[in-house]
Amino acid sequence: MKTLYILTALGVIAMLAELFRFKKFLLPIVLIGLMGAIASSVRDWNTNIHYYNYMMTFDNYAILFTIVLCVTAFLWFMMSKDFFGSESSKTDHYALVLFALCGAMLMVSYSNMVMLFLGIEILSIPMYVLAGSNKDSLASNEASLKYFLMGAFATGFLLFGITMIYGATGTFDLRSIGITLKSPELIQVWRGAGGTTLLYSGILMMLIGLCFKISAVPFHFWAPDVYTGAPTPVTAFMATIVKTAAFAAFLRLFITCFSGLGNVWMNTIWVLAGLTILLGNITAVYQTSVKRMLAYSSISHAGYMLLAILAMNNHSVGSVLFYAAAYSVATIGAFTVLSIIEKNFELASVDSFSGLAKKNPLLAFAMTISMLSLAGIPPLAGFFGKYYIFTSALQSGYVWLVLIAVLGSLIGVYYYFRMIIKMFSSGTGEVTNIEISTLQKIVLVITILLSILLGIFPDMVISLL
Amino acid sequence: MNTIQSIHINHYILLSAVLFCIGVMGVLFRRNAIIIFMSVELMLNAVNLLLVAFSSYWNDPAGQVFVFFVMVVAAAEVAVGLAILVMIYRNTGSTDIDVLNKLKN
Repeated sequence: MKTLYILTALGVIAMLAELFRFKKFLLPIVLIGLMGAIASSVRDWNTNIHYYNYMMTFDNYAILFTIVLCVTAFLWFMMSKDFFGSESSKTDHYALVLFALCGAMLMVSYSNMVMLFLGIEILSIPMYVLAGSNKDSLASNEASLKYFLMGAFATGFLLFGITMIYGATGTFDLRSIGITLKSPELIQVWRGAGGTTLLYSGILMMLIGLCFKISAVPFHFWAPDVYTGAPTPVTAFMATIVKTAAFAAFLRLFITCFSGLGNVWMNTIWVLAGLTILLGNITAVYQTSVKRMLAYSSISHAGYMLLAILAMNNHSVGSVLFYAAAYSVATIGAFTVLSIIEKNFELASVDSFSGLAKKNPLLAFAMTISMLSLAGIPPLAGFFGKYYIFTSALQSGYVWLVLIAVLGSLIGVYYYFRMIIKMFSSGTGEVTNIEISTLQKIVLVITILLSILLGIFPDMVISLL
Repeated sequence: MNTIQSIHINHYILLSAVLFCIGVMGVLFRRNAIIIFMSVELMLNAVNLLLVAFSSYWNDPAGQVFVFFVMVVAAAEVAVGLAILVMIYRNTGSTDIDVLNKLKN
Protein backbone atom coordinates (compact mmCIF):
# COMPACT_ATOMS: atom_id res chain seq x y z
CA MET A 1 0.00 0.00 0.00
CA LYS A 2 2.94 2.28 0.65
CA THR A 3 3.55 1.77 -3.05
CA LEU A 4 0.58 3.98 -3.80
CA TYR A 5 1.85 6.70 -1.48
CA ILE A 6 5.30 6.53 -3.04
CA LEU A 7 3.91 6.81 -6.55
CA THR A 8 1.66 9.73 -5.60
CA ALA A 9 4.54 11.48 -3.86
CA LEU A 10 6.71 10.97 -6.94
CA GLY A 11 4.01 12.58 -9.06
CA VAL A 12 3.87 15.60 -6.76
CA ILE A 13 7.66 15.83 -6.70
CA ALA A 14 7.67 15.77 -10.49
CA MET A 15 5.32 18.75 -10.54
CA LEU A 16 7.53 20.64 -8.10
CA ALA A 17 10.68 19.93 -10.11
CA GLU A 18 9.99 22.80 -12.49
CA LEU A 19 9.48 25.23 -9.62
CA PHE A 20 12.56 24.28 -7.62
CA ARG A 21 14.74 23.69 -10.65
CA PHE A 22 15.85 20.14 -10.22
CA LYS A 23 14.58 18.98 -13.59
CA LYS A 24 17.90 17.33 -14.36
CA PHE A 25 17.67 15.00 -11.40
CA LEU A 26 14.05 14.10 -11.98
CA LEU A 27 14.71 10.92 -13.95
CA PRO A 28 17.07 9.43 -11.34
CA ILE A 29 14.62 10.41 -8.58
CA VAL A 30 11.74 8.74 -10.40
CA LEU A 31 13.75 5.59 -11.13
CA ILE A 32 14.89 5.30 -7.51
CA GLY A 33 11.33 5.98 -6.35
CA LEU A 34 9.99 3.21 -8.59
CA MET A 35 12.54 0.81 -7.14
CA GLY A 36 11.38 1.84 -3.68
CA ALA A 37 7.79 1.25 -4.78
CA ILE A 38 8.67 -2.26 -5.96
CA ALA A 39 10.53 -2.98 -2.71
CA SER A 40 7.65 -1.75 -0.58
CA SER A 41 5.15 -3.93 -2.43
CA VAL A 42 7.42 -6.94 -1.96
CA ARG A 43 7.39 -6.21 1.78
CA ASP A 44 3.59 -6.40 1.82
CA TRP A 45 3.70 -9.98 0.54
CA ASN A 46 1.16 -12.30 2.19
CA THR A 47 -0.22 -9.57 4.43
CA ASN A 48 -3.63 -9.25 2.72
CA ILE A 49 -4.46 -5.95 4.37
CA HIS A 50 -7.65 -4.08 3.53
CA TYR A 51 -7.54 -0.33 3.26
CA TYR A 52 -10.10 2.45 3.56
CA ASN A 53 -13.00 0.40 4.80
CA TYR A 54 -12.56 -2.44 2.29
CA MET A 55 -12.17 -0.05 -0.63
CA MET A 56 -8.86 -1.65 -1.57
CA THR A 57 -7.30 -5.00 -0.82
CA PHE A 58 -3.58 -5.31 -1.19
CA ASP A 59 -3.45 -9.08 -1.53
CA ASN A 60 -0.85 -11.12 -3.40
CA TYR A 61 -2.77 -10.71 -6.63
CA ALA A 62 -2.53 -6.92 -6.33
CA ILE A 63 1.12 -7.07 -5.25
CA LEU A 64 2.22 -9.19 -8.20
CA PHE A 65 0.40 -7.05 -10.73
CA THR A 66 1.74 -3.91 -9.06
CA ILE A 67 5.26 -5.26 -9.41
CA VAL A 68 4.69 -6.06 -13.08
CA LEU A 69 3.34 -2.54 -13.59
CA CYS A 70 6.21 -0.88 -11.72
CA VAL A 71 8.90 -2.87 -13.53
CA THR A 72 7.29 -2.03 -16.86
CA ALA A 73 7.09 1.62 -15.84
CA PHE A 74 10.74 1.51 -14.83
CA LEU A 75 11.75 0.23 -18.27
CA TRP A 76 9.38 2.68 -19.88
CA PHE A 77 10.93 5.70 -18.15
CA MET A 78 14.36 4.61 -19.30
CA MET A 79 13.28 4.07 -22.90
CA SER A 80 11.45 7.35 -23.24
CA LYS A 81 14.06 9.74 -21.93
CA ASP A 82 14.19 11.37 -25.35
CA PHE A 83 10.44 11.86 -25.36
CA PHE A 84 10.73 13.86 -22.17
CA GLY A 85 13.89 15.59 -23.24
CA SER A 86 12.45 17.12 -26.38
CA GLU A 87 9.42 18.57 -24.68
CA SER A 88 9.11 21.97 -23.08
CA SER A 89 6.64 20.73 -20.49
CA LYS A 90 8.81 17.83 -19.44
CA THR A 91 7.94 17.75 -15.76
CA ASP A 92 4.21 17.79 -16.46
CA HIS A 93 4.60 14.68 -18.54
CA TYR A 94 6.47 12.94 -15.74
CA ALA A 95 3.70 13.85 -13.33
CA LEU A 96 0.97 12.70 -15.73
CA VAL A 97 2.64 9.34 -16.27
CA LEU A 98 3.15 8.81 -12.56
CA PHE A 99 -0.46 9.68 -11.75
CA ALA A 100 -1.59 7.32 -14.51
CA LEU A 101 0.50 4.66 -12.79
CA CYS A 102 -1.34 5.40 -9.53
CA GLY A 103 -4.61 4.80 -11.37
CA ALA A 104 -3.26 1.54 -12.74
CA MET A 105 -2.36 0.51 -9.20
CA LEU A 106 -5.89 1.23 -7.98
CA MET A 107 -7.22 -0.89 -10.82
CA VAL A 108 -5.24 -3.94 -9.73
CA SER A 109 -6.00 -3.62 -6.01
CA TYR A 110 -9.61 -2.44 -5.82
CA SER A 111 -12.23 -4.32 -3.88
CA ASN A 112 -15.04 -1.86 -4.39
CA MET A 113 -16.72 -0.72 -7.59
CA VAL A 114 -16.06 2.92 -6.67
CA MET A 115 -12.34 2.27 -6.69
CA LEU A 116 -12.57 0.44 -9.99
CA PHE A 117 -14.22 3.46 -11.54
CA LEU A 118 -11.79 5.93 -9.96
CA GLY A 119 -8.80 3.80 -10.96
CA ILE A 120 -9.90 3.61 -14.57
CA GLU A 121 -10.47 7.36 -14.69
CA ILE A 122 -7.21 8.26 -12.93
CA LEU A 123 -5.43 6.08 -15.45
CA SER A 124 -7.37 7.32 -18.48
CA ILE A 125 -7.46 11.08 -18.03
CA PRO A 126 -3.65 11.53 -18.03
CA MET A 127 -3.50 9.16 -21.00
CA TYR A 128 -5.87 11.40 -23.01
CA VAL A 129 -3.52 14.30 -22.41
CA LEU A 130 -0.38 12.27 -23.15
CA ALA A 131 -1.81 10.89 -26.39
CA GLY A 132 -2.17 14.48 -27.57
CA SER A 133 1.16 15.67 -26.17
CA ASN A 134 2.54 16.27 -29.64
CA LYS A 135 0.49 19.44 -29.87
CA ASP A 136 1.30 20.49 -33.44
CA SER A 137 0.85 17.11 -35.02
CA LEU A 138 -2.63 16.57 -36.39
CA ALA A 139 -2.23 12.81 -36.00
CA SER A 140 -1.54 13.22 -32.30
CA ASN A 141 -4.53 15.54 -31.94
CA GLU A 142 -6.76 13.07 -33.66
CA ALA A 143 -5.49 10.21 -31.52
CA SER A 144 -6.12 12.23 -28.40
CA LEU A 145 -9.69 13.15 -29.32
CA LYS A 146 -10.56 9.62 -30.44
CA TYR A 147 -9.10 8.13 -27.30
CA PHE A 148 -10.95 10.65 -25.17
CA LEU A 149 -14.32 10.17 -26.86
CA MET A 150 -14.11 6.39 -26.84
CA GLY A 151 -12.82 6.38 -23.27
CA ALA A 152 -15.60 8.61 -22.00
CA PHE A 153 -18.19 6.62 -23.94
CA ALA A 154 -16.90 3.37 -22.45
CA THR A 155 -16.90 4.91 -18.98
CA GLY A 156 -20.58 5.69 -19.47
CA PHE A 157 -21.31 2.03 -20.15
CA LEU A 158 -19.17 0.87 -17.27
CA LEU A 159 -20.92 3.25 -14.88
CA PHE A 160 -24.36 2.23 -16.05
CA GLY A 161 -23.35 -1.37 -15.48
CA ILE A 162 -22.08 -0.61 -11.98
CA THR A 163 -25.32 1.20 -11.20
CA MET A 164 -27.48 -1.67 -12.37
CA ILE A 165 -25.50 -4.14 -10.30
CA TYR A 166 -25.86 -1.78 -7.36
CA GLY A 167 -29.58 -1.70 -8.02
CA ALA A 168 -29.76 -5.48 -8.02
CA THR A 169 -27.56 -6.16 -5.00
CA GLY A 170 -27.57 -2.94 -2.98
CA THR A 171 -23.81 -2.75 -2.54
CA PHE A 172 -20.62 -1.71 -4.33
CA ASP A 173 -18.43 -4.09 -2.39
CA LEU A 174 -17.00 -6.88 -4.55
CA ARG A 175 -17.08 -9.57 -1.89
CA SER A 176 -20.67 -8.83 -0.85
CA ILE A 177 -21.76 -8.87 -4.47
CA GLY A 178 -19.92 -12.14 -5.00
CA ILE A 179 -21.54 -13.72 -1.94
CA THR A 180 -24.99 -12.47 -2.93
CA LEU A 181 -24.68 -13.78 -6.45
CA LYS A 182 -23.51 -17.19 -5.30
CA SER A 183 -26.61 -17.88 -3.22
CA PRO A 184 -29.25 -19.44 -5.46
CA GLU A 185 -32.18 -18.64 -3.12
CA LEU A 186 -31.64 -14.94 -3.55
CA ILE A 187 -31.59 -15.21 -7.31
CA GLN A 188 -34.77 -17.24 -7.07
CA VAL A 189 -36.43 -14.46 -5.09
CA TRP A 190 -35.38 -11.86 -7.63
CA ARG A 191 -36.61 -13.79 -10.58
CA GLY A 192 -40.08 -12.65 -9.67
CA ALA A 193 -39.05 -9.08 -8.93
CA GLY A 194 -37.11 -8.49 -12.13
CA GLY A 195 -33.82 -8.22 -10.25
CA THR A 196 -32.11 -10.66 -12.58
CA THR A 197 -32.86 -8.48 -15.57
CA LEU A 198 -31.09 -5.61 -13.86
CA LEU A 199 -28.23 -7.85 -12.87
CA TYR A 200 -27.73 -9.42 -16.28
CA SER A 201 -27.89 -6.14 -18.13
CA GLY A 202 -25.48 -4.72 -15.55
CA ILE A 203 -22.96 -7.47 -16.19
CA LEU A 204 -23.33 -6.98 -19.92
CA MET A 205 -22.84 -3.21 -19.65
CA MET A 206 -19.74 -3.62 -17.50
CA LEU A 207 -18.44 -6.17 -19.98
CA ILE A 208 -18.89 -3.67 -22.82
CA GLY A 209 -17.16 -0.92 -20.87
CA LEU A 210 -14.19 -3.10 -19.99
CA CYS A 211 -13.94 -4.54 -23.51
CA PHE A 212 -13.56 -0.99 -24.80
CA LYS A 213 -10.65 -0.51 -22.41
CA ILE A 214 -8.88 -3.74 -23.35
CA SER A 215 -9.81 -3.20 -27.04
CA ALA A 216 -11.50 -6.56 -27.62
CA VAL A 217 -12.86 -6.92 -31.10
CA PRO A 218 -16.21 -5.33 -31.69
CA PHE A 219 -14.97 -2.47 -29.51
CA HIS A 220 -11.43 -2.26 -30.86
CA PHE A 221 -11.88 0.22 -33.72
CA TRP A 222 -10.32 3.13 -31.82
CA ALA A 223 -7.14 1.29 -30.90
CA PRO A 224 -5.22 1.20 -34.22
CA ASP A 225 -5.82 4.90 -34.85
CA VAL A 226 -4.93 5.97 -31.33
CA TYR A 227 -1.85 3.76 -31.20
CA THR A 228 -0.66 5.12 -34.54
CA GLY A 229 -1.32 8.77 -33.82
CA ALA A 230 0.03 9.01 -30.29
CA PRO A 231 3.77 9.62 -29.75
CA THR A 232 5.56 6.26 -29.79
CA PRO A 233 6.52 6.17 -26.07
CA VAL A 234 2.92 6.93 -25.14
CA THR A 235 1.78 4.12 -27.41
CA ALA A 236 4.19 1.83 -25.60
CA PHE A 237 2.65 2.91 -22.29
CA MET A 238 -0.86 2.25 -23.57
CA ALA A 239 0.06 -1.12 -25.02
CA THR A 240 1.73 -2.34 -21.84
CA ILE A 241 0.69 -0.68 -18.60
CA VAL A 242 -2.84 0.33 -19.54
CA LYS A 243 -3.56 -3.09 -20.98
CA THR A 244 -2.09 -4.98 -18.03
CA ALA A 245 -4.05 -2.89 -15.55
CA ALA A 246 -7.27 -3.24 -17.51
CA PHE A 247 -6.88 -7.00 -17.65
CA ALA A 248 -6.06 -7.26 -13.98
CA ALA A 249 -9.20 -5.25 -13.21
CA PHE A 250 -11.29 -7.35 -15.60
CA LEU A 251 -10.07 -10.60 -14.09
CA ARG A 252 -10.50 -9.45 -10.51
CA LEU A 253 -14.05 -8.29 -11.16
CA PHE A 254 -15.15 -11.48 -12.87
CA ILE A 255 -13.42 -13.83 -10.44
CA THR A 256 -14.69 -12.20 -7.25
CA CYS A 257 -18.13 -11.09 -8.43
CA PHE A 258 -19.50 -12.89 -11.41
CA SER A 259 -17.88 -16.32 -11.28
CA GLY A 260 -21.12 -17.77 -9.91
CA LEU A 261 -23.08 -16.58 -12.94
CA GLY A 262 -20.80 -18.01 -15.62
CA ASN A 263 -23.65 -19.12 -17.84
CA VAL A 264 -24.69 -15.48 -18.28
CA TRP A 265 -21.47 -14.08 -19.71
CA MET A 266 -19.25 -16.97 -20.75
CA ASN A 267 -20.74 -17.40 -24.22
CA THR A 268 -20.30 -13.68 -24.86
CA ILE A 269 -16.64 -13.76 -23.90
CA TRP A 270 -16.16 -16.94 -25.97
CA VAL A 271 -17.29 -15.11 -29.09
CA LEU A 272 -15.37 -11.94 -28.18
CA ALA A 273 -12.14 -13.88 -27.61
CA GLY A 274 -12.47 -15.83 -30.86
CA LEU A 275 -13.22 -12.70 -32.88
CA THR A 276 -10.44 -10.72 -31.21
CA ILE A 277 -7.81 -13.36 -31.92
CA LEU A 278 -8.81 -13.93 -35.53
CA LEU A 279 -9.49 -10.33 -36.55
CA GLY A 280 -6.51 -8.91 -34.71
CA ASN A 281 -4.09 -11.32 -36.30
CA ILE A 282 -5.56 -11.29 -39.80
CA THR A 283 -5.69 -7.49 -39.98
CA ALA A 284 -2.14 -7.22 -38.66
CA VAL A 285 -0.91 -9.18 -41.67
CA TYR A 286 -2.06 -6.43 -44.03
CA GLN A 287 -0.40 -3.53 -42.22
CA THR A 288 2.63 -1.82 -43.69
CA SER A 289 3.24 0.59 -40.82
CA VAL A 290 5.02 -1.14 -37.96
CA LYS A 291 3.21 0.87 -35.32
CA ARG A 292 -0.16 -0.12 -36.74
CA MET A 293 0.94 -3.71 -36.97
CA LEU A 294 1.94 -3.66 -33.31
CA ALA A 295 -1.45 -2.10 -32.51
CA TYR A 296 -3.30 -4.97 -34.15
CA SER A 297 -0.95 -7.45 -32.56
CA SER A 298 -1.76 -5.95 -29.18
CA ILE A 299 -5.47 -6.38 -29.95
CA SER A 300 -4.88 -10.06 -30.70
CA HIS A 301 -2.94 -10.49 -27.47
CA ALA A 302 -5.98 -9.14 -25.62
CA GLY A 303 -7.86 -12.03 -27.20
CA TYR A 304 -5.44 -14.60 -25.79
CA MET A 305 -5.75 -13.09 -22.34
CA LEU A 306 -9.56 -13.23 -22.61
CA LEU A 307 -9.12 -17.00 -22.88
CA ALA A 308 -7.72 -17.10 -19.38
CA ILE A 309 -10.62 -15.06 -18.02
CA LEU A 310 -12.99 -17.45 -19.72
CA ALA A 311 -11.21 -20.50 -18.27
CA MET A 312 -11.91 -19.20 -14.74
CA ASN A 313 -10.01 -21.94 -12.89
CA ASN A 314 -7.16 -21.73 -10.39
CA HIS A 315 -4.61 -21.37 -13.17
CA SER A 316 -6.15 -18.36 -14.86
CA VAL A 317 -4.75 -15.71 -12.51
CA GLY A 318 -1.24 -17.06 -12.77
CA SER A 319 -1.43 -17.40 -16.53
CA VAL A 320 -2.78 -13.88 -17.05
CA LEU A 321 -0.06 -12.50 -14.80
CA PHE A 322 2.67 -14.37 -16.63
CA TYR A 323 1.24 -13.49 -20.02
CA ALA A 324 0.95 -9.81 -19.09
CA ALA A 325 4.55 -9.77 -17.87
CA ALA A 326 5.93 -11.55 -20.94
CA TYR A 327 3.87 -9.42 -23.30
CA SER A 328 4.81 -6.14 -21.57
CA VAL A 329 8.53 -6.91 -21.65
CA ALA A 330 8.48 -7.89 -25.31
CA THR A 331 6.32 -4.91 -26.27
CA ILE A 332 8.57 -2.45 -24.43
CA GLY A 333 11.52 -3.93 -26.33
CA ALA A 334 9.76 -3.64 -29.68
CA PHE A 335 8.66 -0.06 -29.03
CA THR A 336 12.12 0.98 -27.89
CA VAL A 337 13.56 -0.21 -31.19
CA LEU A 338 10.68 1.42 -33.06
CA SER A 339 11.15 4.77 -31.34
CA ILE A 340 14.86 4.72 -32.21
CA ILE A 341 14.13 3.88 -35.86
CA GLU A 342 11.37 6.48 -35.99
CA LYS A 343 13.82 9.27 -35.44
CA ASN A 344 14.75 8.74 -39.07
CA PHE A 345 11.26 8.06 -40.39
CA GLU A 346 8.07 9.84 -39.56
CA LEU A 347 6.06 6.62 -39.65
CA ALA A 348 8.31 3.58 -39.86
CA SER A 349 7.11 0.96 -42.31
CA VAL A 350 8.27 -2.64 -42.33
CA ASP A 351 10.61 -1.76 -45.17
CA SER A 352 12.51 0.79 -43.12
CA PHE A 353 13.81 -2.09 -41.00
CA SER A 354 15.50 -3.77 -43.95
CA GLY A 355 19.18 -4.46 -43.46
CA LEU A 356 19.07 -3.38 -39.83
CA ALA A 357 21.01 -6.44 -38.65
CA LYS A 358 24.11 -5.30 -40.49
CA LYS A 359 24.00 -1.69 -39.36
CA ASN A 360 23.05 -2.21 -35.78
CA PRO A 361 23.15 -5.79 -34.49
CA LEU A 362 21.93 -4.87 -30.99
CA LEU A 363 18.75 -3.22 -32.29
CA ALA A 364 18.07 -6.07 -34.66
CA PHE A 365 18.71 -8.68 -31.99
CA ALA A 366 16.44 -6.96 -29.46
CA MET A 367 13.67 -6.62 -32.06
CA THR A 368 14.10 -10.26 -33.04
CA ILE A 369 13.80 -11.46 -29.45
CA SER A 370 10.72 -9.29 -28.91
CA MET A 371 9.08 -10.50 -32.10
CA LEU A 372 9.87 -14.14 -31.31
CA SER A 373 8.50 -13.72 -27.80
CA LEU A 374 5.32 -12.07 -29.09
CA ALA A 375 4.93 -14.80 -31.70
CA GLY A 376 5.29 -17.40 -28.95
CA ILE A 377 8.39 -19.26 -30.04
CA PRO A 378 10.00 -21.46 -27.36
CA PRO A 379 12.03 -21.02 -25.19
CA LEU A 380 11.06 -17.34 -24.85
CA ALA A 381 8.64 -15.89 -22.32
CA GLY A 382 5.81 -15.42 -24.84
CA PHE A 383 5.71 -19.15 -25.55
CA PHE A 384 5.12 -20.08 -21.94
CA GLY A 385 2.57 -17.30 -21.57
CA LYS A 386 0.55 -18.81 -24.41
CA TYR A 387 1.22 -22.32 -23.16
CA TYR A 388 -0.19 -21.61 -19.69
CA ILE A 389 -3.22 -19.79 -21.05
CA PHE A 390 -4.04 -22.51 -23.55
CA THR A 391 -3.57 -25.22 -20.92
CA SER A 392 -5.90 -23.53 -18.46
CA ALA A 393 -8.48 -23.00 -21.20
CA LEU A 394 -8.21 -26.66 -22.22
CA GLN A 395 -8.68 -27.74 -18.62
CA SER A 396 -11.96 -25.88 -18.57
CA GLY A 397 -12.97 -27.59 -21.80
CA TYR A 398 -12.68 -24.85 -24.42
CA VAL A 399 -11.14 -27.05 -27.11
CA TRP A 400 -12.53 -25.17 -30.10
CA LEU A 401 -11.50 -21.79 -28.78
CA VAL A 402 -7.98 -23.04 -28.13
CA LEU A 403 -7.89 -24.32 -31.72
CA ILE A 404 -8.88 -20.85 -32.93
CA ALA A 405 -6.20 -19.33 -30.72
CA VAL A 406 -3.54 -21.68 -32.06
CA LEU A 407 -4.63 -20.82 -35.60
CA GLY A 408 -4.40 -17.13 -34.68
CA SER A 409 -0.88 -17.50 -33.33
CA LEU A 410 0.14 -19.27 -36.52
CA ILE A 411 -1.06 -16.26 -38.49
CA GLY A 412 0.83 -14.14 -35.96
CA VAL A 413 4.04 -16.00 -36.69
CA TYR A 414 3.75 -14.85 -40.30
CA TYR A 415 3.82 -11.12 -39.66
CA TYR A 416 6.30 -11.27 -36.79
CA PHE A 417 8.69 -13.26 -38.95
CA ARG A 418 8.21 -10.84 -41.82
CA MET A 419 9.84 -8.21 -39.62
CA ILE A 420 12.72 -10.51 -38.69
CA ILE A 421 13.33 -11.54 -42.29
CA LYS A 422 13.35 -7.89 -43.33
CA MET A 423 15.95 -7.03 -40.72
CA PHE A 424 18.29 -9.84 -41.71
CA SER A 425 17.87 -9.44 -45.44
CA SER A 426 20.50 -7.48 -47.33
CA GLY A 427 18.15 -4.58 -47.84
CA THR A 428 18.65 -1.26 -49.53
CA GLY A 429 19.51 0.16 -46.15
CA GLU A 430 17.41 3.27 -45.74
CA VAL A 431 18.40 3.56 -42.11
CA THR A 432 21.44 5.72 -41.59
CA ASN A 433 23.41 6.80 -38.54
CA ILE A 434 21.34 5.37 -35.72
CA GLU A 435 22.03 6.91 -32.36
CA ILE A 436 21.16 4.95 -29.27
CA SER A 437 21.50 6.51 -25.84
CA THR A 438 23.06 4.47 -23.05
CA LEU A 439 19.75 4.22 -21.22
CA GLN A 440 18.05 2.79 -24.28
CA LYS A 441 20.86 0.26 -24.67
CA ILE A 442 20.30 -0.80 -21.07
CA VAL A 443 16.56 -1.15 -21.70
CA LEU A 444 17.20 -3.29 -24.76
CA VAL A 445 19.57 -5.56 -22.87
CA ILE A 446 17.15 -5.86 -19.95
CA THR A 447 14.22 -6.74 -22.21
CA ILE A 448 16.30 -9.38 -23.99
CA LEU A 449 17.43 -10.88 -20.69
CA LEU A 450 13.94 -10.79 -19.15
CA SER A 451 12.35 -12.41 -22.21
CA ILE A 452 14.90 -15.22 -22.08
CA LEU A 453 14.92 -15.60 -18.29
CA LEU A 454 11.13 -15.65 -17.97
CA GLY A 455 11.14 -18.28 -20.71
CA ILE A 456 13.74 -20.47 -19.03
CA PHE A 457 12.35 -20.20 -15.51
CA PRO A 458 8.61 -19.66 -16.02
CA ASP A 459 7.75 -21.58 -12.85
CA MET A 460 9.29 -18.88 -10.73
CA VAL A 461 6.49 -16.46 -11.54
CA ILE A 462 3.68 -18.95 -11.99
CA SER A 463 4.26 -20.67 -8.66
CA LEU A 464 3.84 -17.37 -6.81
CA LEU A 465 0.10 -17.44 -7.29
CA MET B 1 -36.56 10.81 0.69
CA ASN B 2 -40.27 10.07 0.80
CA THR B 3 -40.93 12.01 -2.35
CA ILE B 4 -38.36 9.95 -4.20
CA GLN B 5 -39.78 6.71 -2.86
CA SER B 6 -43.36 7.61 -3.70
CA ILE B 7 -42.59 6.89 -7.33
CA HIS B 8 -41.96 3.25 -8.15
CA ILE B 9 -38.33 2.35 -8.84
CA ASN B 10 -39.15 0.99 -12.30
CA HIS B 11 -40.03 4.47 -13.50
CA TYR B 12 -36.61 5.74 -12.52
CA ILE B 13 -34.95 2.84 -14.28
CA LEU B 14 -36.97 3.53 -17.40
CA LEU B 15 -36.26 7.27 -17.35
CA SER B 16 -32.53 6.72 -16.84
CA ALA B 17 -32.39 4.08 -19.56
CA VAL B 18 -34.11 6.46 -21.99
CA LEU B 19 -31.76 9.33 -21.08
CA PHE B 20 -28.79 7.01 -21.42
CA CYS B 21 -29.96 5.85 -24.84
CA ILE B 22 -30.41 9.46 -25.98
CA GLY B 23 -26.82 10.06 -24.90
CA VAL B 24 -25.57 6.99 -26.77
CA MET B 25 -27.46 8.01 -29.90
CA GLY B 26 -25.97 11.49 -29.64
CA VAL B 27 -22.45 10.09 -29.48
CA LEU B 28 -23.07 7.76 -32.39
CA PHE B 29 -24.87 10.09 -34.77
CA ARG B 30 -23.77 13.68 -34.14
CA ARG B 31 -20.67 14.96 -35.91
CA ASN B 32 -19.84 17.98 -33.79
CA ALA B 33 -17.36 17.16 -31.04
CA ILE B 34 -18.97 19.55 -28.53
CA ILE B 35 -22.38 17.94 -28.99
CA ILE B 36 -20.72 14.56 -28.51
CA PHE B 37 -19.24 15.79 -25.23
CA MET B 38 -22.68 16.90 -24.14
CA SER B 39 -24.11 13.51 -25.05
CA VAL B 40 -21.47 11.79 -22.94
CA GLU B 41 -22.42 14.08 -20.07
CA LEU B 42 -26.04 13.09 -20.58
CA MET B 43 -25.04 9.43 -20.27
CA LEU B 44 -23.22 10.14 -17.03
CA ASN B 45 -26.12 12.14 -15.64
CA ALA B 46 -28.54 9.35 -16.46
CA VAL B 47 -26.30 7.14 -14.35
CA ASN B 48 -26.31 9.71 -11.55
CA LEU B 49 -30.10 9.84 -11.50
CA LEU B 50 -30.32 6.08 -11.34
CA LEU B 51 -27.71 5.91 -8.59
CA VAL B 52 -29.68 8.32 -6.44
CA ALA B 53 -32.88 6.41 -7.06
CA PHE B 54 -31.30 3.08 -6.12
CA SER B 55 -29.61 4.67 -3.15
CA SER B 56 -32.95 5.70 -1.75
CA TYR B 57 -34.50 2.36 -2.73
CA TRP B 58 -31.92 0.45 -0.69
CA ASN B 59 -31.74 3.11 2.06
CA ASP B 60 -27.98 3.11 1.54
CA PRO B 61 -26.02 6.37 1.30
CA ALA B 62 -23.14 4.77 -0.63
CA GLY B 63 -24.93 5.34 -3.92
CA GLN B 64 -25.26 9.07 -3.29
CA VAL B 65 -21.59 9.33 -2.37
CA PHE B 66 -20.75 7.60 -5.62
CA VAL B 67 -22.72 10.32 -7.44
CA PHE B 68 -20.25 12.90 -6.13
CA PHE B 69 -17.35 10.86 -7.43
CA VAL B 70 -19.01 10.60 -10.82
CA MET B 71 -19.63 14.35 -10.90
CA VAL B 72 -16.03 15.17 -9.98
CA VAL B 73 -14.63 12.78 -12.55
CA ALA B 74 -17.02 14.07 -15.21
CA ALA B 75 -15.86 17.62 -14.52
CA ALA B 76 -12.21 16.58 -14.80
CA GLU B 77 -12.96 14.72 -17.99
CA VAL B 78 -14.71 17.68 -19.56
CA ALA B 79 -11.82 19.97 -18.62
CA VAL B 80 -9.40 17.69 -20.42
CA GLY B 81 -11.78 17.10 -23.31
CA LEU B 82 -12.37 20.78 -23.95
CA ALA B 83 -8.61 21.41 -23.81
CA ILE B 84 -8.10 18.73 -26.45
CA LEU B 85 -10.85 20.32 -28.51
CA VAL B 86 -9.26 23.76 -28.29
CA MET B 87 -5.98 22.27 -29.46
CA ILE B 88 -7.71 20.67 -32.43
CA TYR B 89 -9.61 23.84 -33.25
CA ARG B 90 -6.32 25.75 -33.37
CA ASN B 91 -4.85 23.26 -35.80
CA THR B 92 -7.81 22.58 -38.07
CA GLY B 93 -10.21 25.47 -37.49
CA SER B 94 -13.10 23.09 -37.01
CA THR B 95 -14.77 20.99 -34.34
CA ASP B 96 -16.28 18.55 -36.81
CA ILE B 97 -14.95 15.09 -36.09
CA ASP B 98 -15.07 14.16 -39.78
CA VAL B 99 -12.10 16.48 -40.32
CA LEU B 100 -10.06 14.07 -38.26
CA ASN B 101 -9.63 11.11 -40.54
CA LYS B 102 -5.92 11.33 -41.25
CA LEU B 103 -5.12 8.12 -39.42
CA LYS B 104 -7.43 5.93 -41.47
CA ASN B 105 -4.64 5.39 -44.00
